[in-house]
Amino acid sequence: MLSTQNPDTRSSEVTYWFKAAEVSAFPEDGGACVKYQDQQIAVFNFTRRNEWYACQNMCPHKQQMILARGLVGDQCGEPKVACPFHKKTFSLITGENLNGECYEIQTYPVKVEDGFVYIGISE
Amino acid sequence: MSSSPAHPQRIVVIGNGMVGYKFCEKLVAKAQPGAYQITVFGEEPRPAYDRVHLSAYFSGTTAEELTMAPVSWYEEHNINLHLGELVTGINAASKIITTHKGLEVSYDKLILATGSSAFVPPINGVEKEGVFVYRTIEDLDAMLAYAPKARTAAVIGGGLLGLEAAKAAMDMGLTTHVIEFASRLMPRQLDEAGSETLKKKLESLGISIHLNKSTTAILGDPGVRKMTFADGSELNVDMLIVSAGIKPRDELAVKAGLSVGPRGGILVNDALQTSDPDIFAIGESALHGGMIYGLVAPGYDMAETVVTNLVGGEKTFKGFDMSTKLKLIGVDVASFGDPFISEPNARTIVFEDRIKGIYKRVNISEDGKYLLGGILVGEAANYNMLLQTVQNRIIVPPDAEDLILGSRGGSSESAGAGVLSLPEEATICSCEGVSKGTICNSIKDEKLCDVASIKKCTKAGTSCGGCVPMLGDLLNATLKEMGQEVKQVLCEHFQYSRHEILDIVKVNNIRTFDELISHHGKGDGCEVCKPAVASILASTWNELILKQATIQDTNDRYLANIQKGGTYSVVPRIAGGEITPEKLIVIGQVAAKYGLYTKITGGQRIDMFGARVDQLPDIWEELVNAGFESGHAYGKSLRTVKSCVGSTWCRYGLHDSVGFAIQIEERYRGLRSPHKLKGGVSGCVRECAEAQSKDFGIIATEKGWNLYICGNGGAKPQHAQLFATDLDTETCLRYLDRFLMFYIKTAEPLNRTATWLNKMEGGIDYLRQVIIEDSLGICADLEREMEFMVDTYACEWKEVVNNPELRKRFQHFVNTPEPDPSINFRPERGQKVPVI
Repeated sequence: MLSTQNPDTRSSEVTYWFKAAEVSAFPEDGGACVKYQDQQIAVFNFTRRNEWYACQNMCPHKQQMILARGLVGDQCGEPKVACPFHKKTFSLITGENLNGECYEIQTYPVKVEDGFVYIGISE
Repeated sequence: MSSSPAHPQRIVVIGNGMVGYKFCEKLVAKAQPGAYQITVFGEEPRPAYDRVHLSAYFSGTTAEELTMAPVSWYEEHNINLHLGELVTGINAASKIITTHKGLEVSYDKLILATGSSAFVPPINGVEKEGVFVYRTIEDLDAMLAYAPKARTAAVIGGGLLGLEAAKAAMDMGLTTHVIEFASRLMPRQLDEAGSETLKKKLESLGISIHLNKSTTAILGDPGVRKMTFADGSELNVDMLIVSAGIKPRDELAVKAGLSVGPRGGILVNDALQTSDPDIFAIGESALHGGMIYGLVAPGYDMAETVVTNLVGGEKTFKGFDMSTKLKLIGVDVASFGDPFISEPNARTIVFEDRIKGIYKRVNISEDGKYLLGGILVGEAANYNMLLQTVQNRIIVPPDAEDLILGSRGGSSESAGAGVLSLPEEATICSCEGVSKGTICNSIKDEKLCDVASIKKCTKAGTSCGGCVPMLGDLLNATLKEMGQEVKQVLCEHFQYSRHEILDIVKVNNIRTFDELISHHGKGDGCEVCKPAVASILASTWNELILKQATIQDTNDRYLANIQKGGTYSVVPRIAGGEITPEKLIVIGQVAAKYGLYTKITGGQRIDMFGARVDQLPDIWEELVNAGFESGHAYGKSLRTVKSCVGSTWCRYGLHDSVGFAIQIEERYRGLRSPHKLKGGVSGCVRECAEAQSKDFGIIATEKGWNLYICGNGGAKPQHAQLFATDLDTETCLRYLDRFLMFYIKTAEPLNRTATWLNKMEGGIDYLRQVIIEDSLGICADLEREMEFMVDTYACEWKEVVNNPELRKRFQHFVNTPEPDPSINFRPERGQKVPVI
């Protein structure tokens, strides 16, 4: 069963769905980090919105592997994550920096099937 | 006429600095789509960046953060951007430019925004290794690469840029000297007395200032080793930064046959036209009315002028006010209007405080009606108001000294009713040229409700940021005028103050963030309200914070302090700084076992750095088993109560300060509060525990204890104030209970006790009435609430160590047990430190 999927339109470009971990591995309204090959991907279980998101784990501001430990929230309805280091915030949909700075992050489609979380990889 | 011409006009911009970029930004904002075809040439390898804040590069700001707009911005606006390409020739007759790559581009209008280069005086040896100019990011990179070989740096030039360069040298860890030829620092902005005040301040920060020094030679082979001066003196240095002024980049204009000034600079008229009417010059390369403007605001105004005329409007550039305010190495310096005008053309008022290092001068017109200019050193909060008073010819108050001293008694209105008294056309943001009227109208029309949206909507405050406080004042005043209640709200998700949320939580028995936001807020929360609510819930119910781990800031979520590289540091509680040799050995053994870097903290305990998130529960298991408990160094909560050794050992000690400090620290351990809390207890008036720099400090007297409150160290140090004297131990604790709980209940998030008291109407007298005289009748409640917190305390780490479910959360990856492979360490002085 396909339960929730984030609104990322790039789902159609996915070439491979990586089986990350069980749903229970991800705290409610929070994130956890997944290792895919040599990449680190932050996955967020946004329970309040009944949505899942994923993005690169590295915050581009100071190149720290940390976004999975960031607080999730919304800015005028746009779901976002705030980096724990200096509170830089990024849209979980587009990856855009919401503080008006010019770096951004990569986001990934996510789907949940049979109690497992999958990350959409397009390569 | 059609709105857009059949053939777009071809605009070529030579130079992609701040002004060249601003020209593009303004042109695309004002032009009809498709009306212009813009081509930009920049010789540097990166797009325009903020040169004004260049020294921030040394303190960690990246090149990307300094960028005005990314390359994609130029693409989005169909601007053809050529970086790393130097324009080598202009054929004004056939209207074609040529680049060093051989590219030829035709133009209808040509904009020269070529800027300036550093002026390097012809001193013997100036070509030596280790001599730098301070101009571009490449210059900075070259300095950063050289600095590890150097210990002492000198900056030639004590002007605005020279002092910025000195800050950069300091940030690189070098002993820093400033060499100025003139008899004063910042000779264009400051008078002798102002320079003297600034000099003293900078010297107290460790920068040596040498005035009246003419450099005769730079010696050393191959690298610079020594400078010699005209007065026969010498100075040993191993790095030199030349910042002796700017030289307009007019070589291209000269080659093209355009008129230039006798000492350089491309001659322009009030429309910024050069001697060829289709070629314009803006920014630091333009010579207007005999002036080269080395500041960004006049450059922006020039860009605005050319753009306005291009799109069919009318505007002339009539010179520009050279007023400026900046923070130099933490010292405010401002100069506005005519800073030097004096008798008989003006009357001056001077205020000087040599203790605090403050110098203020205002020049008033002879008839006493108008402010003509002035200088502020050490304190420049009034700069914007004073500048507006000059520019808008506002009549100054009868007691003109109020302008710099503030109103002292009498009618509270007289010293100028602030920003509200300004006329609508007053310029608030001089960098972007935004008037008060524009700002107030956008607040009303666009229904703006915070400074960030004013900045976004009007662009005011986006360049130097100096006017941002005035934006806040205008916002509050305009909202008030519109009849809206101006209210301190937590964030976009809660229309309540922290105090109101605390009441809501209590009255409605709310235990979770979800419940609170669903019933009393909107949206999904954010990084502002989640930790604030987490703190309120903890201060009210004192439940294990990890029950709601994902509303905690990362330090609270992992019960440790995050450090560079993503590892954490661990601080066990050492109450009052007292520890047995056995426990010291345990800390050493744990640190050695897990390879942790150890350092003594300012609060008399031991910090162990470099623990991976997966190691934290194991480390704490060993600490808890040895009798340690959490030190809450990660929380907005009580940290330490520092103590001197007290009467037990010290021949001066009056009471047992260690014992009392331990008693207090154990009473309030784990107490969540709006910000961190620190305390101190000294055994006598010699004050070795530095209690007067703490949120609460206690000093022994012959008769008991003196209680001081609301002090702090840190970025804005403030001494604690004497609250009550000669208390017995029990009364002292009772006052502390009431004081801390009152602070927890009424302070805004992240306000320390000093800030809280500073904002409190009635100040410390009012606080005494509440805490000592119980004027609000709440003391019994406050004491009961504190008693509840004390009774329900439990060590968070002990609970985690004994709970397998919670322990599982301390993993870097959820799909493999391996640790974060990006963590790296290198050795330094016998310990490990992170590699970033």
